[in-house]
Amino acid sequence: MEKLNNEAILNLIQGAFPNDVLFHEEPYGLLTMEVTATKGHEIIEWLKNHEVLSVNYLTNIAAVHYPEDAGREFAVVYQLHSWKNLFRLRIKCYLPKENVSIASLVDIFPGANWMERESYDFFGVEFIGHPDMRRILNEDSMDYFPMRKEYALEDDTREDKDDRYFGRNNQ
Amino acid sequence: MSELKTKEAFAQSSETIDGNIATINFGPTHPSTHGIFQNVLKVDGEKIISSEQTVGYIHRAFEKLSERRPYNQITPITDRLNYCSSPINNMGWEMTVEKLIGAEIPKRVQYMRVIIMELARIADHLICNSVIGVDAGALTSFFYPFTEREKIYELYEEICGARLTTNIGRIGGFERDFTPAFHTKLQSFLKTFPKAFEEFDSMLARNRIFMDRTKGAGPISAERALAYSFSGPNLRATGVDYDVRAMHPYSSYEDFDFIIPVGVNGDTYDRFMVRQEEIRQSVRIIEQAYKNLPEGSYKADLPDFYLPEKADVYNNMEALIYHFKIVMGETEIPPGEVYHSVEGGNGELGFYLISDGGRTPYRLQFRRPCFIYYQAYPEMISGMSISDAVLTLSSMNVIAGELDA
Repeated sequence: MEKLNNEAILNLIQGAFPNDVLFHEEPYGLLTMEVTATKGHEIIEWLKNHEVLSVNYLTNIAAVHYPEDAGREFAVVYQLHSWKNLFRLRIKCYLPKENVSIASLVDIFPGANWMERESYDFFGVEFIGHPDMRRILNEDSMDYFPMRKEYALEDDTREDKDDRYFGRNNQ
Repeated sequence: MSELKTKEAFAQSSETIDGNIATINFGPTHPSTHGIFQNVLKVDGEKIISSEQTVGYIHRAFEKLSERRPYNQITPITDRLNYCSSPINNMGWEMTVEKLIGAEIPKRVQYMRVIIMELARIADHLICNSVIGVDAGALTSFFYPFTEREKIYELYEEICGARLTTNIGRIGGFERDFTPAFHTKLQSFLKTFPKAFEEFDSMLARNRIFMDRTKGAGPISAERALAYSFSGPNLRATGVDYDVRAMHPYSSYEDFDFIIPVGVNGDTYDRFMVRQEEIRQSVRIIEQAYKNLPEGSYKADLPDFYLPEKADVYNNMEALIYHFKIVMGETEIPPGEVYHSVEGGNGELGFYLISDGGRTPYRLQFRRPCFIYYQAYPEMISGMSISDAVLTLSSMNVIAGELDA
């Protein structure tokens, strides 16, 4: 079988979901696309069951916080892998800060369980349909999500560790 | 007296022992957890009905810390993930940054890395397998491999001066070439290790008691393992031959001839045997890499990232500027998004890095194989006895540092 290239993969996905691939690029050769957040679950399920693509492996789930990006403050990044065709795929769903929730993948990949709990623990992303949406690495009584950008790592009163020295403006 | 059942048959049967369900804590600090994790077990006699894990006891916020550290200061953080094979983590991270900046790495550096990473894999697997022996009641087999591991640690010392948390190598290569002492020690290691290893192997691999204890303990099927995103020796023990070194070769792994051992049943014995065979294959890779070690430089030409020679810093303006910029973390990094993974001691160790062009990563996520496969543990030990749960835990090689980040 001929090796699928990124263009062919993208065409297949766009063919099945014409309106849901909002943006795509290939940083370092890895096909990355932004999809409609509400369709994320459906697309990943479709990819997994697709005869040719057979994206069978969930590599990881990462949440990212972009506080400046109004209306799409949170990104949930799924990295998937097809072992049959040896390609990786990155799918991003952006969520607004008012409603940071997305469908859980636990029914497709049981391994998503802890990955999603980790994203919830650190970013507060709610995964709908998750069987056990609790914190995982932090203490249960914690009442904030520490990886969000508003929580600076260092004590604010310190002058020697000004954020400007780290190449960024103080937020 | 009723006939003895196999472990699987016992696990699947609805037979109860005394019908009284007791709740016990296995961990957080228990001699056989080899780290700090808690499992709350519900047991009927000694049969495990269900279990629930608590993780995070040594969470150190590595991902948050990484958002405040210049790139070269993140290498020591990666040491503390899987601390049994720190060099693999270090080099995985260095290769991630090199991929981001598009650096070209000399062939010699790639081969040197392969040698160090395979030594690390041997050390990692030796510890894991000898600990399985301990948990099965064979303490002798714990002491034998330590002589060999000590030699590997001495080799690390020759490269970087450290033993456990190595911070080995630099972005762009190594801080110095292999020293003459390293060559001598590596040659002697390659000569003596296989024999010593076979001695260790002969203590457990075909030992009747060890086989009876480990066969059928904590099995998982290939389908379930894939569904749980297993990787590394634990996945290969179920019969799936996924290895990042072969599927997505990095650091010139495509140049070497090695096989990927697989198991059949995905139980403790298979995990043990897969690791044993991987050690033999690692030795083969080291031999090939060392024999064909290319001439050339031990570092890439990356003045922006690689610290200049000290003598140059004192006498050469350019070098002084670069030195200052690197030490102060003022290096220009292109914005971008990169995922790089290496075959760590426990499986696919991935680094997902988003750079916004600032001096620190905007977001860095570690794909930690331990964290991902440890969630299958309750399923694997359900119906087993407590002593099998102990063996399953050690044969999965759950490393607290990697689990909790």
